Amino acid sequence: MNSSLLLSAATFIYALASVFYIGSFSFKKQAVARFGFWVIVIGLVANTGGILLRWMESYHMGYGHAPFSNMYESLVFFSWTAAALYVFVEFKYKESIIGVFVSPLIFLGIAYASFDPSITSKIMPLIPALKSNWLIAHVITCFLGYAGFALAFGFSFMYFIKPKDPGTKRLFAKLPDWDTIDELTYQMIVFGFLFLTIGIITGSVWANSAWGKYWSWDPKETWSLITWFIYAIFLHLRLIRGWYGKNLALVSIIGFIGVLFTYFGVNFLLSGLHSYG
Amino acid sequence: MKQKDSFADQIWMFFASVKLTVYTLVLLAGTSIIGTVILQNARPEAYIRLYGQGVYNMIQVLDLDRMYQAWWFLLLMVVLCVNIVVCSIDRLSATWKIIFPKNISVNPRRFEKAKNRQQFDSHLSMDRVARQARQVLAGRAGKVIEKTEDAGLLLYAEKGRWSRLGVYVVHASVLMLLAGALIGSALGFKANLRLDEGQTADTVFDSHTRLPIKLPFTVRCNDFQVKFYDTGAPDEFKSSLTILENNQESFTENILVNHPLRYKGINIFQASYGATAPDEAVFEIIDSEIGAIETHTIKNGGVVSLPAGAGNFTFEGFVPHYDFNGHDLGEAFIGRLDTTDGRNVQIVLPTKFPTFDKMRKGRFTIEVKSWDQAYYTGLQVTKDPGVPFVYTGFLLMIIGCWVTFFVSHQSVCIGLEQAGSGSTRVWVAGRANRNVQSTNLTVKKLVKELKDVSGK
Repeated sequence: MNSSLLLSAATFIYALASVFYIGSFSFKKQAVARFGFWVIVIGLVANTGGILLRWMESYHMGYGHAPFSNMYESLVFFSWTAAALYVFVEFKYKESIIGVFVSPLIFLGIAYASFDPSITSKIMPLIPALKSNWLIAHVITCFLGYAGFALAFGFSFMYFIKPKDPGTKRLFAKLPDWDTIDELTYQMIVFGFLFLTIGIITGSVWANSAWGKYWSWDPKETWSLITWFIYAIFLHLRLIRGWYGKNLALVSIIGFIGVLFTYFGVNFLLSGLHSYG
Repeated sequence: MKQKDSFADQIWMFFASVKLTVYTLVLLAGTSIIGTVILQNARPEAYIRLYGQGVYNMIQVLDLDRMYQAWWFLLLMVVLCVNIVVCSIDRLSATWKIIFPKNISVNPRRFEKAKNRQQFDSHLSMDRVARQARQVLAGRAGKVIEKTEDAGLLLYAEKGRWSRLGVYVVHASVLMLLAGALIGSALGFKANLRLDEGQTADTVFDSHTRLPIKLPFTVRCNDFQVKFYDTGAPDEFKSSLTILENNQESFTENILVNHPLRYKGINIFQASYGATAPDEAVFEIIDSEIGAIETHTIKNGGVVSLPAGAGNFTFEGFVPHYDFNGHDLGEAFIGRLDTTDGRNVQIVLPTKFPTFDKMRKGRFTIEVKSWDQAYYTGLQVTKDPGVPFVYTGFLLMIIGCWVTFFVSHQSVCIGLEQAGSGSTRVWVAGRANRNVQSTNLTVKKLVKELKDVSGK
């Protein structure tokens, strides 16, 4: 058993979970969604095992570092945080149908890591600047933030497809009530915002210890700040009368586009100090 | 409420509004994108080549080439600060009265409409239920306030009043961060320093202005070491630095990436490194015509004669990066062959490719056999007295966000009324300024406990 085998297993298990969730939605069978939940839990276990195994393998290769150092590893970790947060949310809110919008995101993250040929899954040694305990603190907090925003993004879709009339027999009528959707989106954004804040701060403290500058307007730094601004806007808009429901959901979606650009766009389109996602 | 039509009041209202916050944040987010798309802090030629003269003129007018220091960007930050200050003053007095009231008044009417209100009848007498309820409530929510009304008894408890201050802590942290940034840019500097092994320096050059900055001490690089992985990538590099004061050695310290030296408010970071030109090297000269192989140790700039008196070879120098058809071949020795038949060629010997000179297919082939590998260390020297403020801001920001988002001001009320012979009607309801879910949970748990202890 090696890490890449376990991680591809996790990819397929997450795919299966998405199939169950979407299936339960299409055929209006709540029980199937409950099954999807347990499949996600199994995927999370495989994902966790894969990350730990990869961590150990890097020590066997003599490079010894936490598996957060390149695009492949960060995507695998992104799926892990999103899956872990989702399991927690479904466990707490007992609304099994909401997984339909989140499970595909979890699957897509880890699948993209494995199937994009330009992303290498080789375990590489760490460059000197990355050799710091701040690496672990920075990556974990940033990705918890990203996971919160990803879930908020998934939940925001419910605003657009849930029919206003509760009596209707349409496909999407089974979605949770408006209060729950609102609460879920807000809670996820609050969670994401706190962790993105800590992520930016740990990154700054780290930059100050590696380069002597806590902030240098590097594109990745700037884009993370832009994302932070968008979610700060979301939190302030809630205080203004007239901003709720679809309008706010739209801001949450724009925020997630900011997250995606910070994560991928900056690496592909702009140059900077970050060698990984 | 006072009249709000004087000009000063209108300005105050303008800066106190959340709408202004949103507009400012939108503008900050939107304009920040510009600086990630347009090249920053480059030379004019670079802009003209990339965008043309016309666009460059516009870039210059709007300071887009260093836009995060541009006046209009800083103005946006100032607006945000004024907004935060005015907004906080405007709301703080009201919040203060809620947090520190003269006396806590219980208004049962406010709990009547609570969605989480639950009611049940207990067969115990009111006195006994009240005793139990007091205990349960004190265990869950703290100090219990009692109020006797005509209809019955009210028990009230609350927690987290102070949590309303969280948002002010977040806002103060933003001001603290910006103050730290201001102090840093006014009183600090960032400079580069290149030191060969054995060299000393007491002056560094600002990375932006290139102006010299005198340090309060002298730095000497005793030794530089670099370790490589088997992939060829650098694993670790470190410099042994000695600080000299008044020509006396003060102390010596090794610095690595992520492990800087900090002394007298100055920080010295290991940033980069490179090879320096060696004083001498061992060359092998192969004469393919007569089959002779000669080995010479030549000083940098030195000349030796070729086999059979066919001419001279000069060791002309060393470059850290040799560009060959657009590829960087790395460190290379430069030499010159001057043969008696009148031919004079420059030859390049990249250290990574020892037999590179064979490709030239001349009568003489030169190879570098060995040399004293010496490095220079690339240091970044910074001073930033704003850092303590920025770090305080970071801490306040995390604490403030945590309190704002996850701690709420919760109050719970239990009402008891006589209901028929010997039985008591009990209702429980809770209110919170946010995080309603957790209040609902508290109410549920209270109801369950009360039912358990009152034998329902």
